Amino acid sequence: MLTSHHDAGSNYLNAKKGFMSWLFTVDHKRIGIMYFVSIGVFFLVAGLFALLLRAELMQVRIPDATATSYMISADHYNEAFTFHGAIMVFLVIIPSIPATLGNFLLPLMIGAKDVAFPKLNLISYHLYIVGALFLVYTVAFGGLDTGWTFYTPYSTQTSTSVIAAVFGAFILGFASILTGVNFIVTVHKMRAPGMTWVRMPLFVWAIYATSVIQVLATPVVGVTLILVAIERLLGIGIFDSTLGGDPILFQNFFWFYSHPAVYIMILPAFGLVSEMITAHSRKSIFGYKAVAISSIGIAVIGFFVWGHHMFTSGQSALASVFFSLLTYGVAVPTAIKVFSWVATLYKGSISFTTPMCYTFVFLFLFLIGGLTGIFLGALSTDVHLHNTYFVVAHFHYVMMGGTIIAWIGAVFHWWPKMTGKKYSETWGIISSVVVFIGFNLTFFPQFVMGTRGMPRRYYDYLPEYYNFHLLSSIGSFVLAIGLFIVLFTWLHSIFYGEKETRSNPWRAKSIDWTDTAVVPIEHNFEKQPISSHGPYEFDELVKPAKAGEH
Amino acid sequence: MSHQDHGASHPKYQAHHFKTMEQQTSAGKLGMWVFMAQELLFFSGLFCAFGYVKFMYPEAVALGQSSMDWRLGTINSIILLVSSLTMSLCVRSTRSNNRSAAAKFLLATMVCGFVFLAIKGAEWGMHFHEGYFPGKYFHPIAEAPIQNPMAHVFFGLYYVMTGMHAMHIVVGLGLMLWMLVRIVKGEFNSENYVALENTSLFWHLVDIVWIFVFPLLYLSK
Ligand code: HEM
Ligand SMILES: [Cu+2]
Repeated sequence: MLTSHHDAGSNYLNAKKGFMSWLFTVDHKRIGIMYFVSIGVFFLVAGLFALLLRAELMQVRIPDATATSYMISADHYNEAFTFHGAIMVFLVIIPSIPATLGNFLLPLMIGAKDVAFPKLNLISYHLYIVGALFLVYTVAFGGLDTGWTFYTPYSTQTSTSVIAAVFGAFILGFASILTGVNFIVTVHKMRAPGMTWVRMPLFVWAIYATSVIQVLATPVVGVTLILVAIERLLGIGIFDSTLGGDPILFQNFFWFYSHPAVYIMILPAFGLVSEMITAHSRKSIFGYKAVAISSIGIAVIGFFVWGHHMFTSGQSALASVFFSLLTYGVAVPTAIKVFSWVATLYKGSISFTTPMCYTFVFLFLFLIGGLTGIFLGALSTDVHLHNTYFVVAHFHYVMMGGTIIAWIGAVFHWWPKMTGKKYSETWGIISSVVVFIGFNLTFFPQFVMGTRGMPRRYYDYLPEYYNFHLLSSIGSFVLAIGLFIVLFTWLHSIFYGEKETRSNPWRAKSIDWTDTAVVPIEHNFEKQPISSHGPYEFDELVKPAKAGEH
Repeated sequence: MSHQDHGASHPKYQAHHFKTMEQQTSAGKLGMWVFMAQELLFFSGLFCAFGYVKFMYPEAVALGQSSMDWRLGTINSIILLVSSLTMSLCVRSTRSNNRSAAAKFLLATMVCGFVFLAIKGAEWGMHFHEGYFPGKYFHPIAEAPIQNPMAHVFFGLYYVMTGMHAMHIVVGLGLMLWMLVRIVKGEFNSENYVALENTSLFWHLVDIVWIFVFPLLYLSK
């Protein structure tokens, strides 16, 4: 039934027209889409820089190198990996899921018309763009060669544009905090009647836990970045040891944020995977409450393990032992999630759709990423592996193999809801296979290189690493092809795709599917949804489900 | 159909996406409290930094502290406490629909804020006068009581902490100015006062942070 002011066919995409109606919208769905496009662009840019790095590493020249035999100079290599890393971390992976799907889905999933503070939401987006401009500015003017970590004392000494970069990161942090505040209040105050805490979809739990981390960790890095800027300008002697300060203090501050930040990156992905696994195996999630609480558990423990980044930096041995021990603590709630996924899949009626294929890719890659994390959390092995390519491989498996893959899969999953279009399942599945092959080819050799001592952030290397680097570079081009297939599948769907007619093509059980139009209308719901059951009550449907699946 | 179909009664200051005024009010309040948690962590970073400096250089810190004028600090503490009181009274007046009293209390709060800044500025001026400039510019004049160059680590953080705090005061004054305009326009009343109350919460936070900054920088030896 349509009421008078929502004409048939009217939805959030066409309710208002023109560029400005997007740029100044307060509709959480449109803001989500704008984030998606912006983050996609930055992903592309930073990805091209990654290919540049890999191209540079495709050759070994140390034995008879001359200055001109390098594709890019050592300094430019430093700037390129800093740019790649900083853009990927601050502009892509941290906001990726919360800002795009979080924005789009959170109110839909809890049955609200919008987030609690729509204008604040828009301000967050604008801040994100301003912060991004600062970071991009640093490449164009002066470069930045500290790595995305801004480690002191180097960052207080280098002549490159640190201040603009930390200022940009500060603004981005503020955007992140405001989004977090908004989401926390939305979850607390905007739930539909009957939507109790244990009836919330797991993605909502994940986003909620993420928001708590965003609000509590980000201000610490904010003040740290300000101190770095002040140190550079005035030399107040807080991080600079020649002035009486302590660079390890910087590392403590930095990792107090940046370790929890890895959970800002991965927790939302966990939530998405839970959603996709239940929907595409048509089974209720195994151990709902344990999975929900484990998100909070991860968020809490995540605050106490930052010291595992500093095993080799001269912190006390006792501290290192504690941090190592606590690090293993995070494995418990994480394992709860993994077991829940496996148990949910068990005897489910799994349909091999594109989102499901990406979910499998995620499970495989995250498993490797997670297990190799154990090597780095263990004091003894980390001393050997620290700052080698093992670390590079590990975090790419987690961040890209985990977060980005889950994100892509989830975009396929909610694509019909977001765009009202169908996409080509064939190309979707092909893309997942190409990405899977390319990804492993790129990053697996790096584990081997790392154990053999290849340091990270080097633009040249001894001949014995040549084959591994070659494989890795070839892999990166395969991976790039896979990602371009994803892009073309989406673009093709937008311009030539068939219209989706079903409002719930996966026959899911959560409000975002059951109570919305094919494409949600401007204020989400024609009438206030009421929640009367959990989000995954599939069980009674397990048998007949197989027939109509596509 | 008119706008009314979104819900039963729709006061004009209730945003469309809220079902009731209470929902809007409590969301606004919770949002501010969460934001304040963030502010506290921001300052706690500075407190940790101060703890580190004090631990590493106890003498330099004690030396620096000896040059602080605790009387000015105390006066400023009292001013802030008073301003917190007037701010609360402003909210209370609004909730009992007494617009002119609200405006007066808010003005009083703002005056306190300005006086605080003036005193703080005078203190900085005195330190600069002795040559205690921040960081690498720390060059005490010959007559200055502190000559030990290590004291610069204290002054560096002193300027950063009081500077950050002063910046929050400036933001608070900006917010209050905005609220003043809205009070005068008659936007607030016993039903609609969240923005004002949130400004007041922010101001209390600034006050509380000072209650920690003051003894750390001026008193503890
Ligand atoms: C398209 C696939 C990608 C390729 C081929 C790639 C490749 C690389 C390479 C070659 C490096 C430099 C390693 C070194 O010299 O130490 C690097 C560093 C890095 N990458 Fe990627 N990367 C990719 C995607 C990503 C993604 C999705 C993220 C998201 C978080 C990411 C985050 C980072 C970070 C944080 C660094 C460290 C930069 C630093 O050391 O400061 N990368 N990547
Ligand atoms: Cu960590």
